Order: sequence, then structure tokens, then C-alpha cells
Amino acid sequence: MNLQAEIPLDYLVVLSTIVFFIGLMGVLIRRNLITMLMGIELMLNAVNINFVAFNHYLFPHRLEGHFFALIVMAIAAAEAAIAISLIINIYRQFATVSVDDVDELKH
Amino acid sequence: MDFSYTILILVLPFLIFLLIGSLGSRWRPHLSGLLGTSGLFIITVLAYVTAFNYFIHRTGEAYQAIEASQLTWLSFTDDLIIHLGILLDPLSVMMLVVITTVSLMVHIYSLGYMKGEAGFARYFAFLSFFTFSMLGLVVATNIFQMYIFWELVGLSSYLLIGFYYERPSAVAAAKKAFIVTRFADLGFLIGILILSFNTNTFDFARLTDQHGPVIAQPVTAMFMGLSVTTWAMLLIFMGGAGKSAMFPLHIWLPDAMEGPTPVSALIHAATMVVAGVYLVARLFPIYHFSSPGSLDVIAYVGSFTSLFAAVIACTQLDIKRVLAYSTLSQIGYMMVALGVSGYGNEAGLGYMASLFHLFTHAFFKALLFLGAGSVIHAVHNNLMTEMGGLRKYMPVTHITFLVACITIAGIPPFSGFFSKDEILVAAFEHNKIIFAVQWLVAGITAFYMFRLYFNIFWNSNPEYHHTPHESPSTMTIPLFILAVMSIFSGFVPFHELVTSDGRPLATEFHPMIAVPSVLIALAGIGLAAALYYRKNSRPETIAKSLKAFYTMAYRKFYVDEVYLFVTHKVVFQLISRPAAWFDRHIVDGTMNLIGNSTVSFSGAIKEMQSGEVQWYIWYFTSGVLLLALMILYLT
Repeated sequence: MNLQAEIPLDYLVVLSTIVFFIGLMGVLIRRNLITMLMGIELMLNAVNINFVAFNHYLFPHRLEGHFFALIVMAIAAAEAAIAISLIINIYRQFATVSVDDVDELKH
Repeated sequence: MDFSYTILILVLPFLIFLLIGSLGSRWRPHLSGLLGTSGLFIITVLAYVTAFNYFIHRTGEAYQAIEASQLTWLSFTDDLIIHLGILLDPLSVMMLVVITTVSLMVHIYSLGYMKGEAGFARYFAFLSFFTFSMLGLVVATNIFQMYIFWELVGLSSYLLIGFYYERPSAVAAAKKAFIVTRFADLGFLIGILILSFNTNTFDFARLTDQHGPVIAQPVTAMFMGLSVTTWAMLLIFMGGAGKSAMFPLHIWLPDAMEGPTPVSALIHAATMVVAGVYLVARLFPIYHFSSPGSLDVIAYVGSFTSLFAAVIACTQLDIKRVLAYSTLSQIGYMMVALGVSGYGNEAGLGYMASLFHLFTHAFFKALLFLGAGSVIHAVHNNLMTEMGGLRKYMPVTHITFLVACITIAGIPPFSGFFSKDEILVAAFEHNKIIFAVQWLVAGITAFYMFRLYFNIFWNSNPEYHHTPHESPSTMTIPLFILAVMSIFSGFVPFHELVTSDGRPLATEFHPMIAVPSVLIALAGIGLAAALYYRKNSRPETIAKSLKAFYTMAYRKFYVDEVYLFVTHKVVFQLISRPAAWFDRHIVDGTMNLIGNSTVSFSGAIKEMQSGEVQWYIWYFTSGVLLLALMILYLT
């Protein structure tokens, strides 16, 4: 386990935090739906980093964190599929993918 | 002797009121009138039977009070129980006779007087209601029941004064009567509460018992230099003064003449306005034994009122107003007599005289009002300057009115002489100043009554639009009956029936007092004849030479203006306006501030709910971060 000796847990946590906030900022600031979706994916991945890192450093003999990361990936894939199909539908309806223009619940 | 039938005296008029009041507008008008009158005839017969049975059965030396029926109405605790019942004693039985007699006469008279008026059924419903309330007042067994009926009487007076409710002056007069008497009743209520708080009883039987809680162990607690009992009795007298229109609470009575004239005869001359006298007479033992000081107050108030009202009556031109001030003056006599009276045997002469005068006054004053109503009915005007020479056109009214004038002037052997003479005797024995005032008032009374009489029936003929005619027989028959009663009611052996302690009282004739009082009455009549028998310029000359005084009396000594000043300038400006300002600005302002700040705060933050998801994420994220920081640094 050379990795453990070379990279401390703090680095990974900082990395995941940075990735999470990049994703959050993407969701908050960008108006493009696809970019927002990418921000969400980033946040999910930041969580995944946390899962794997904590599992590895705190409970090396258990695997729950890894499994959770895998499940999150599967969910993220499904979510991306649904979200992209929604975005395509929205684009067909409104001819735009900017959230500011999509403010009606009924059409 | 079983008196349980007396409950009918109360139940019948109430039933008639309900019947006419609810169905009368659907019947032909005269049916309501006939129902009311015949019902009252039965009640009158019952009252006379009651009086006969009561006065004929004297157990022992004195008349005993009988509770004919008793009903527990409210029972708060074992000590605090309020009954409704019927109390028969000489005082209440005498009042039953007076009220039913006058009321019956007024009912019959109204059949003619009110014929064709809109609201005929309503009028008779109110008359029955008034009769019910007044009868309930006099037979009350306890002071609380009396207070209930006291207010009902005030209400029916209000309704009947405002009978012509299209006329603004009638509405104003009704309101004035109601507010002034309500103000006085506030004192009455406080007095009742003080009295019953200190004695733990409402019942007259226990209150006036000489070995009872008030008289045997008077309350010694003091408040502002007077004993609590005196306070209670003075406040109760305030209620009586309001109802009996004693100075300075008299201002409502002259205005109350806006009502139909028979109503003035019944309520504002014979029955309701003497309720104050009745109240003082009912509680007389307490006044006499526990608070003699308040009796002096009553005597002075009564004496002043009688002089004051008599002077005003000499200057008024509206014949009903002259009679109204005359009523004030005569009630003043009754109050004086109570005020100077002692208790028991010879000392109780004033008490007897007061109620005797109440008894005779009811008949002759009702007769005067009904006669005035008959005149007004004929010439369609209230002002005596528009009348004159009516003796040729209205012989029955003329003769009966003359009888009433002689009676009130106190010429023997008419009834007013006897009762007024007893009052003067009682006053003479007690207080010479009051006696002198009452003696003078007797002369003034004779003067203004004959001024009225000569101005209506003699003097010069004005131009009448159509020839005046005698009133129909429904109106003249009551006049005739009342005239007979005015003449002969003085011969009722009153001193054996209604006395302060129920025992017969020996009265003697005092020529030293009777002769001067008759002389001054004759002088008053002579003066009136000299001034008003024929049209001449002497009245104007006298009025001019006494211009300042005449104007003051004509303006009723500006009492109304003082009241207006006190209410408008003092109460409204100094109390009501600041209170209204406080309410509008401080109380409402606080509420408005709370409401407005809520509105503006929500207005400021409502933009947050924009429907834009990204903003929601912002708020959510900042909230979570804030929470995280708080958890980190505060724990």
C-alpha cells in the first residue's frame, strides 16, 4: 500500500471538496441545462471520491464504500440518460436549453 | 285570604301585549283597541277586588305584607337567590288601583284620540306593555325585581315618546328621556349593589324589617365622610329622582310631551313619574332609621324642584309643557312630604300625605292631560296663544278641565285640597322654611293652572280654521269619570289604609294651615283671572317689567343649555375626544403597525419565490453552509 504512504487522506478530501464546489458552481451559475447536468455529475463524482477514500483509509478491510461508489455510478448513468432525454424534449418544446426561459409549469 | 289570583294582574297585560304586538297589524285596527281595553277592564276589576279583599281583612292592628306568589328565578348560592313574586301591602295595593284606573281611562280615551292613526295596534301593544311593566314594578317583592321592571317601564316610556318616529323632535325627546333616566339608573343600580352587598338580601321584607340587617345593625363603614348606607340610599334616590324628574334630572320630562297626549297622561303624569316616590316610600324605613340625612336631601330636592318648576310653568306657552312642569312641581310636593316624614303613628303623617297626594294627583293630573288632549284634538295646536273662548264649543271638556284646575289649586272640598293640606301640615311640623316654600308654590300652582284655563277657555277667540267641536264620547266619558274621582277621591279614608307602619293614623284638621293655603290659592286664581280672563295688555306689561327674570324662566333657567355645555364642551371635548384620539391613533396605530410591517416584510421577501430553481439551490446551499458553520463553531 504505497499509495497510503504517499498520499494522505487530507489531499483526497480537499480534492473531493474542490470537485464538489466546481460542480456546485456549475449548477448555480450556468444557465445551460447540459452544463448544469455536467455540474451534477461532478458533484456525484466528488462524493464517490469521498466514499472510496474514507473506506480505504478508515476501514481498509471492508467494502461498503466501494459498493456505494459503484451504485452511485449506476444511478448517475441512469440519471444522465433520463436528464438528457428530458433536455432533448425541452429543447423540442422551447427551442432552447437555457433554464431562464423554461419557467412555465404548463405549456 | 287567598290572593293567588293576583298573578293574573301581571300575566294578562303581558299576554295582551304579545297578542296585539305579534298579530295586531293583521287585524282591523279597532279590534286591537277593543282587545287591549277590554283586557285592561278585567285587570282593573281584579285590582279593585284585590284592594277590597286586602283592605277589609286587617289582622291585628296593622296591615301585614302578603307574598301572594313567589317564584325562584335565579339561585346563585344558598345566600344569593333572586325571587320573582307578588307583594301585597297597603302601598302596592293602592298603586295597583291607581295604575289600573288611569290606564283603563287612557285606554278608553285612546280609542277616540288615536282613531285613524297609523300604528294604532302598535300603540295599544305598547300601552299594554307599559301597564304590565308598571304593575310589575309596584308588586315587586325584592329590589332586584323592581329594578328589572323599572328598566322595562323606562323602555316602554321610550317607545311611546318616540311613537311618532317620523318626527325628528319625537325621536330626540325619546332618546333624551332614555339617556337621562339611564344615567340616573346607573346610580340606582350601584345603590342596590352596595345595599345588598352589605345586607346579603334583596327582599324588601328583610330590608325594611326593623330588626333586620340594615336597620338593627347599620353598616358603620364610611366613605368620604358618609356612611355606606347613606351612600347607597342617596344613589338609590338618584334613580328615583331620574324617573320622577327631580331637579337636576328633570330635563327629559318636558320634552317627553312629544308623545301622544294620552301617553303623557298615563306615563308622564300619573304613574311612571311617581315611581321615584314609590321607591322612596318602599324603602322608607331604611331612609328613616339608617340614613336620616338623605331624607333631608330628598326634602330639599323636592322643595326646590316644586318651586323651580312652578315658576317655569307660569311662562310656558305650550299647554302640555305647562302641565309637564306642573307635574314636576307636584311630584316635588310628594318628595317633600316623604322627606319631612317620620315613622309610625303621628310622625308618619308626611308618608301618608305623600302617598295620598300621589293618589289624588294621579286622577286630576291624568284628567288635565286628557282634557288638554281633547283641546289639542279640537284645534290641532299646542300653543295657548292659538286658543281661547273654547268653552262654547267644548262644554264637557271645559267643565272637567275646570274641576281639575280647582282640584290642583287645592280648593276644598276637592281632593287636591286634602292631600296638599296634609303635606303642608307635615312640612310645618318639620321645617318652617320648606313649609313657606310649599305654601308659596301652592299659590303659584293656582296661578299657572288658571292662566292655562282662562287662556284656553276664555280670553279672546282667535281665528280657527274650522269650528272646534266637542270630542267623541270615547274621550269625554273618561274625562267625566276622572272628574268624579278628582272630586271625591279626597274622601277616601286614606289615613286608615296607607300609613308608614300599617296602623291607622289619626289626622286632625288644622285651620291654621288650611286657611292660609286656601287663601293663597284664591289669590293665585284671582291674579290669573285679572290677567287672562279677557284679552288685555297687563301680562305683557308685567313680563316687560320683569324682563330678565321672565326670559330666564321662559328659557327654563337655561338648564338644558347647561347640560348641552357640560355634555358637548366638557364631556365630548375634554374626555371623549382625547379618548377617541387615543383609540384612533394609539390603539389602532399599534394594530396597524403590526399589520403593515408584516405586509411590507412579506412584500420584501416574496421575490425569493421566483420559480427559478437555481436561486432555490443558492438559498439551500447557503443555509446548509451556515448550519455547518454554526455546528462547527458554536458547539
